[in-house]
Amino acid sequence: MVENRPLLTVISHLILLVGILLIALPIWITFVAATHDEARMLQAPIPMLPGGYFWENFKRTLFGSGLSGTEIAPVWRMLANSLAMAMMISLGKISISLISAFAIVYFKFPFRMGFFWLIFITLMLPVEVRIMPTFQVVANLGMLNSYWGLSIPLIASATATFMFRQVFLTIPDEMLESARIDGASPMRFFWDILIPLSRTNIAALFVILFIYGWNQYLWPLLITTDADMTTIVMSIKQMLEAAEQSPQWNVIMMTALLAMIPPVFVVISMQKLFVQGLTETDK
Amino acid sequence: MATINLDQLTKSYGPDEVLHHISGDINDSEFVVIVGPSGCGKSTLLRMIAGLETVTSGEISIGGKIVNEIEPADRDIAMVFQNYALYPHMSVRENMAYGLKIRKTPKDEITRRVNEAADILEIREYLDRKPRQLSGGQRQRVAMGRAIVRDPQVFLFDEPLSNLDAKLRVQMRLEIRKLQKRLGVTSIYVTHDQVEAMTLGDRLMVLNAGYVEQFDTPIELYERPASMFVAGFIGSPAMNFLTATGGDGLVILDNGTALPTRLSTSGPVIAGIRPEHLIAEPEGVLPVRVEMLEQLGANTLVHGVLDGSDIPIVASVTGIQSLPVNDVVRFTPGPDALHLFDANTERRLS
Repeated sequence: MVENRPLLTVISHLILLVGILLIALPIWITFVAATHDEARMLQAPIPMLPGGYFWENFKRTLFGSGLSGTEIAPVWRMLANSLAMAMMISLGKISISLISAFAIVYFKFPFRMGFFWLIFITLMLPVEVRIMPTFQVVANLGMLNSYWGLSIPLIASATATFMFRQVFLTIPDEMLESARIDGASPMRFFWDILIPLSRTNIAALFVILFIYGWNQYLWPLLITTDADMTTIVMSIKQMLEAAEQSPQWNVIMMTALLAMIPPVFVVISMQKLFVQGLTETDK
Repeated sequence: MATINLDQLTKSYGPDEVLHHISGDINDSEFVVIVGPSGCGKSTLLRMIAGLETVTSGEISIGGKIVNEIEPADRDIAMVFQNYALYPHMSVRENMAYGLKIRKTPKDEITRRVNEAADILEIREYLDRKPRQLSGGQRQRVAMGRAIVRDPQVFLFDEPLSNLDAKLRVQMRLEIRKLQKRLGVTSIYVTHDQVEAMTLGDRLMVLNAGYVEQFDTPIELYERPASMFVAGFIGSPAMNFLTATGGDGLVILDNGTALPTRLSTSGPVIAGIRPEHLIAEPEGVLPVRVEMLEQLGANTLVHGVLDGSDIPIVASVTGIQSLPVNDVVRFTPGPDALHLFDANTERRLS
């Protein structure tokens, strides 16, 4: 739609600006809070302009012991934990889903559709529903306070399997037949043809799953007791309740700011592929 | 190069038999076209020869070796698909080299063969492009290039030209023909287009509802169709069929007209006359009431009915003719133009 109505342009820009302000304001406040010292953050009204303590807070949060007077891991350690968990979850989910979708679409085996629906039904059983038995299993396997315990119970993914199944179904049969005549074995076909053709979908899914993994709260809270295994998202909540003192907003907000960086980085760096993966239909 | 032998081939999907006892021998370097209307089983037959469909019963041999249980990759065949089936993420060069790469052909050998095939098909300048950057005709060439580099014993074509526009189709048709003659590779080509079939094939296998109606040279199919189906399928516009009664050296049409023939028959028969073998004559034996004219320039198609009945008749007369619509024009079949078929079995009475 191409129109030339100045008033309409002004109004639509105004709406967009208001929207951006609404979304950006909390982030701005977070940033501002991270640049003041502890004392200033406890005075009313809260500051709206940045102060001069950014680097000090940054160093103290990232490498120091964070909150004063508590036993909590430095934030770089939590970032590393979160990163490890998010990567294991997203890569694990993608590889398992790719393989199971491959099996369901391209191989004829007894009860094929049965298995597909079995996988599909697990959509109704998210971690929160099966949290007690899952905890039991993980505890019995001795995976408490480990990266395996953090990621493995979250790896199986019906959504991703279903999505890859749909992607594979759009790839014409002739592609498989042509590869068969070319002499490609099933795994060769999987690597050489299917994976490159699903590249954009894999990227889109990676973005979504990385953020899903990064934002995990309940599960890590349950299975990690060791301060060294704390993830960043759960630590923010812990910091609020830490000790019996007023919250140290400057450190907490700096932690929140740091926690936002990896997902933002993933989204920005994979934006192009992400959009292609969700909209592209041409195979 | 190789011969292909089909022996009593049958294909069933569950209880439905879709191909019935197909037999036929294809000679070395021969170009055979399998032709028939959609749903006749021609693609299934080709895919069975390729090894993409299992054989229910019967035997397929390529080069004297039974291949029923052999994987497509080990049958030494190459196939060109209707939608080309090029790998979209690979360049033209990679597409053509993929099969060789899997067979662990040495790198310099692959390069040599890809370049050679690219030269034959004149696609050398597209070698580094992706399939989506090519036009339909160019993709078609790449698909053929992919078949050529494999240097197989047999080429299989599954309606490779049906996605192209009419003009390109005629051009590619000639190129495929020339290429096949030049390389001398035994080829099987599936199409529903009878003109394509007639121009390409050394021999044509006409399939109808899973049965072989006739397997012969194009001229033989045209001059001596084995059944009413073949007679109606080969030739454009289609043959006229008139019910008649057989006699000694003649047949008597339902309107009483007697047409001379070399055969002596009796009982109900079907007389077939090709439109191009009807000659307009003032004394003609077939009075046709003209309903419509189709001017094609080189010839004119006269659509009408046999006067006094509703049996449709099409005649093709040369040049531009303007015949009055609704008038009666008389036609006579040319010498030897009459094909007689049994009214019950629809087979040719020879």
